[in-house]
Amino acid sequence: MIELMPAEGVFSLIWVLIALPLLGAGILLLGGRRTNSWGPYLGVFTVVGSAVLAVLMLLAMMGQPAEERSVGQTLFTWVFAGSFQADMAFQLDQLSMVFVLLITIVGSLIHIYSIGYMSHDVDKRKFFGYLNLFVAAMLLLVLANNYFLLYVGWEGVGLASYLLIGFWQIKPTAAAAAKKAFIINRVGDVGLSLAIMVMFVTFGSVSFQDVFGQSGEASEGTLTAIGLLLLLAACGKSAQFPLQAWLLDAMEGPTPVSALIHAATMVTAGVYLIVRSNAVFDRAVWAAAAVVLVGLITIFMGAIIGSAKDDIKKSLAGSTMSQIGYMIFAAGLGPIGYVFAIFHLLTHGVFKAGLFLGAGSVMHGMKDNVNMRRYGALRGLMVITFVTFLAGYLAIMGIPPFAGFWSKDEIIHAAFERSWVIGAAAILGAGITGFYMTRMVAMTFFGKARWEDDVHPHESPAVMTVPLVILALGSTFLGMALLFWGNIESWLEPVVGFASGPTTLSSITLMAITLVVVLVGAFIGWRQYGANPVPIEAPRGNWLTRAARRDLYGDLVNEVVIVRPSFALARWLAWFDSAWIDGIVNGSAAFVGGAAGRIRRTQSGFARSYALSMLGGAVLIVAALVLVRLS
Amino acid sequence: MTPWLTILAVVPLLGSVIVVLLPKSRPVLAKQLALAISLVTLVLTVLMALQFNGASSDPFQFVESYPWIPAFGISYSVGVDGIGLVLIALAATLVPIVVIAGWRDVDATSGGSVKGYFALILALESMMIWVFAATDVFMFYVFFEVMLIPVYFMIGRYGGPQRSYAAVKFLLYSLLGGLFMLAAMIGLYVVSAQMTGQGTFDYLTLVGLEMDPTTERILFLGFFLAFAIKAPLWPFHTWLPDAASAAKPGTAVLLIGVLDKVGTFGMIRYCLPIFPAASEFYAPVVIGMALVGIFYGAYVALNQNDMKRLFAYSSMSHFGFIALGIFVFTTVAQSGSMVYMVAHGLSTAALFLTAGFLMQRANGSSLIFDFGGVNKAAPVLAGFFMFAALSSLALPGLVSFVGEFMVLLGTFQRYLFVGGVATLGIVITAAYVLRLYQKTMTGPLAVKLVGMPDLGAREVIALMPVVVLTLVLGLFPAPILNVINPAVDRVMTTIAAKDPGPTVSSEGSGR
Amino acid sequence: MNPANYVVLSAVLFSLGAIGVLVRRNAIIVFMSVELMLNAANLAFVAFARMNGNLDGQVAAFFVMVVAAAEVVVGLAIIVTIFRSRRSASIDEPNLLKY
Repeated sequence: MIELMPAEGVFSLIWVLIALPLLGAGILLLGGRRTNSWGPYLGVFTVVGSAVLAVLMLLAMMGQPAEERSVGQTLFTWVFAGSFQADMAFQLDQLSMVFVLLITIVGSLIHIYSIGYMSHDVDKRKFFGYLNLFVAAMLLLVLANNYFLLYVGWEGVGLASYLLIGFWQIKPTAAAAAKKAFIINRVGDVGLSLAIMVMFVTFGSVSFQDVFGQSGEASEGTLTAIGLLLLLAACGKSAQFPLQAWLLDAMEGPTPVSALIHAATMVTAGVYLIVRSNAVFDRAVWAAAAVVLVGLITIFMGAIIGSAKDDIKKSLAGSTMSQIGYMIFAAGLGPIGYVFAIFHLLTHGVFKAGLFLGAGSVMHGMKDNVNMRRYGALRGLMVITFVTFLAGYLAIMGIPPFAGFWSKDEIIHAAFERSWVIGAAAILGAGITGFYMTRMVAMTFFGKARWEDDVHPHESPAVMTVPLVILALGSTFLGMALLFWGNIESWLEPVVGFASGPTTLSSITLMAITLVVVLVGAFIGWRQYGANPVPIEAPRGNWLTRAARRDLYGDLVNEVVIVRPSFALARWLAWFDSAWIDGIVNGSAAFVGGAAGRIRRTQSGFARSYALSMLGGAVLIVAALVLVRLS
Repeated sequence: MTPWLTILAVVPLLGSVIVVLLPKSRPVLAKQLALAISLVTLVLTVLMALQFNGASSDPFQFVESYPWIPAFGISYSVGVDGIGLVLIALAATLVPIVVIAGWRDVDATSGGSVKGYFALILALESMMIWVFAATDVFMFYVFFEVMLIPVYFMIGRYGGPQRSYAAVKFLLYSLLGGLFMLAAMIGLYVVSAQMTGQGTFDYLTLVGLEMDPTTERILFLGFFLAFAIKAPLWPFHTWLPDAASAAKPGTAVLLIGVLDKVGTFGMIRYCLPIFPAASEFYAPVVIGMALVGIFYGAYVALNQNDMKRLFAYSSMSHFGFIALGIFVFTTVAQSGSMVYMVAHGLSTAALFLTAGFLMQRANGSSLIFDFGGVNKAAPVLAGFFMFAALSSLALPGLVSFVGEFMVLLGTFQRYLFVGGVATLGIVITAAYVLRLYQKTMTGPLAVKLVGMPDLGAREVIALMPVVVLTLVLGLFPAPILNVINPAVDRVMTTIAAKDPGPTVSSEGSGR
Repeated sequence: MNPANYVVLSAVLFSLGAIGVLVRRNAIIVFMSVELMLNAANLAFVAFARMNGNLDGQVAAFFVMVVAAAEVVVGLAIIVTIFRSRRSASIDEPNLLKY
């Protein structure tokens, strides 16, 4: 249990990290059209400001001894009633720190890139406003010191994602994709809500300190429940099986959004949540096993989908699913994996952002066509894009010494520490990665030009290529830097714990096996898409390809199992409401009206019949009186 | 001592009379005067709220009491606790907003006099303040019923095509509930006469009565039925969609945003403290109704093609949450219900007013299919609509989230299963809210809407306070919680309910 | 003379009047039958007053007579008006006051 240090010096500005982009978002969203000219620069400025601040904090933190690196800052008591209390309070420790750096630095690059990418859009200030909102929410998510506040960031990023996926909402598909993303995420939110409730009922508090501090006293069943609920939440946000269906549709958003939100940061929030809650998962063995299983399934689902898609962004989205699957998988391995889950998350955040921005650069030159079957032979025309994409390509495949190699290799290594079965599965996943990434590179940059007639590919402007270059450098060196210079294991160890155990195979052997499998995958990909010509019309393909093109029927399942029954129920209830509930209400009114109509008939207007009824009544009364008297 | 509450209620009433007396040829003056009076009331409310002492141990503050019909122990007594204060503030805030938003809703061509509409709004405000301030059960009943009259006319004279049907249905439904309450109230008087020798309608005396369990249950039902119809809870809700779709947006805001809160207010103010044992006895039934209502309302809303009816059903779903929070008897849930009442008032205002502005631009149609792509033509309107939608689906960071989550948390604390099931409601809420947004605001612009103007300054001014309050209270709900929590604690003590503690002992953690 | 006989006579007269009201159509006759009933009641009042030895019944009889007189004024006026407009004194014809 780590005590939080009071926030002093530069750390007293933790709240500014969030407030700065939030302020930017507020100005841009309320300012209206008049901010269109300078709005993008304001948006960039706020995020860069946060990034600078984050770097200063990193330096300050590195100057502290390891056990004094966790800083807490409480602004005010946010919600309180009875025994429940949640503070507006932040916690900056080693884990949050790496996230803050990832979010602000990659965020800054993507903001800068967007200046070029969105330069022609009439609503660009709105775009930058949303992006700023996203950065603020994401920072809140990783800086919150309790689950309740984390929830605000959690939904905040969901909202920003919703707004940005639907940014071009004039397209019905974009609007539908945005809605779908939000609703599926809400399913995950149910998990987070319930997890918070279980925590409160069990520990009487929802702050990290209290929950983790007392996690040893709770029963394993409770912790398993919390763990599974958190996993549900993570599945929603990180597009893991079975809540993966939204991520592919989310590619309707502008490409910088896909890079920032749907590759580098937001979708990794699930990993953050699980790693952050390591105290829970350490004691909830079954929940951790479920995490591993979900990660494994998603590794393969994502990879298979990524192998079949012709849409470059969707293919990358499949790859993102798969890579996050690796992180979740690693997080489920326990103390041997947490550190590497975060490590892979960081390297992936950089190289995947680079790949997405590269894809965006390609699209920019190809009149926003995303179909890789209409690309080809672009390596000569888009040199910078090609080279930077290549760096990302080598990184994601895990070719030494690129960034992905170090992180993925560590995960596979950790998997073998647990069991050779899951280790082998992880290696196989890496092999498929080699296949689909090679396919993508081959279809895009090699082979013959298959462009549409009026397309004239060209390199993107510097404002777009400079971020690409920076990210490419990151893709190349970040892994080594973090591992050897940054000592990521010992950096994160105080927060998430770190252990390593014996493996059945030596590291060198494992490395070699992994490399061979990846190269085999890459070779198959090259033989099929690089060496042979790529048809413009997609061939029918085998059943797996067809299934993968339809996202492995994820949508179909949702549609049949959830959407259609829900709407049927809604229709039935609406009918029931008007026919029965309102029917009974209006029916009783109609009954009274009808009965009145009948009874009124007795008022015939004949004076003598009235007289007769009067007489009858009088006789009855007299008779009654007499009878009473007699009895 | 200043008689704050009486002044507060009398100002709009007098204003209403003055507005009526204005010449018919000066409609603008009537509007201006109505706005000025509602603003004065708001200022007075704020001044009063600033003097409210959250830490006070008195059950009510700003107390006034004068004999009214001493023979039956009836008095004119007013006073507020935190709950009443917050709801009065809600009413006082929404009325000027409705006046500004409804500036052009009524004109001579649409039938009905302009000054009449605004006079009715002010009269309604006065009634609402009295209802929330009454500490005499009889007085509460009187205003509970009298309140219907302005609304009846606001729907029946100024509403849409179905107005007279809706107005009569609303009136009869409410009167039916009121009848049960009247009977139960007389019963309560008789019981109090038997127990204390001196019959009374005084709230605090009645709270202390210890009744025979059977009597208590019967009397509880009388009160509860009235409140369940007013709130409305499933299955007593069918008047609401009709009333909401026939009413002007402003009327709907006051009706659903404030007036219906009298139902849930009544539950926590009257049902629970006066009939604690019966409340506990019937709690499972009420929780069942609330739970059904949450999902029923949400699912029916998913299938609505009329925006106003959709909002009505969604409100019904939200009222399910509020009633749930009241009847699970935990501090967190009850405080949450109170916050939710405020939040729902604000989100209803935002929804109905933006939808109203939207409908004005489409010849009054409220059918979802008549819209589409509004975001392109009127981005400001679409932005406010988005905000209203998010507030309705309880986005974290907004005040509705604070309320909803506290309700769910408190429910979960007592009934694991109920809390878990109710939490699923948030998914369906998101589904129908976002479906609405998608169908109306996104995609290509509907042909009918080409050339529609964006929101004007007046409309933005009307919506802005709602937005600001929703945001500020969402991030800093302390002003509400500070006054509500003591009141809720008092209710919890009265009904002798205890919060379940954490299962893991938490000594040393300081919480 | 046994006062009970007066009461019996009063009952007989009342019944006659009641039957008259029920079976006759002519409004004038009906009216006379009503008068008969009223006077039957008067007779009973007076008879009981005699039996009880006080004046209450007598007083009541006077009230009844006054009321009857007032009623005749209004009633006959109505009948005459109806007769003027409809040329008939049947009470079954003017059944306008119905549902």
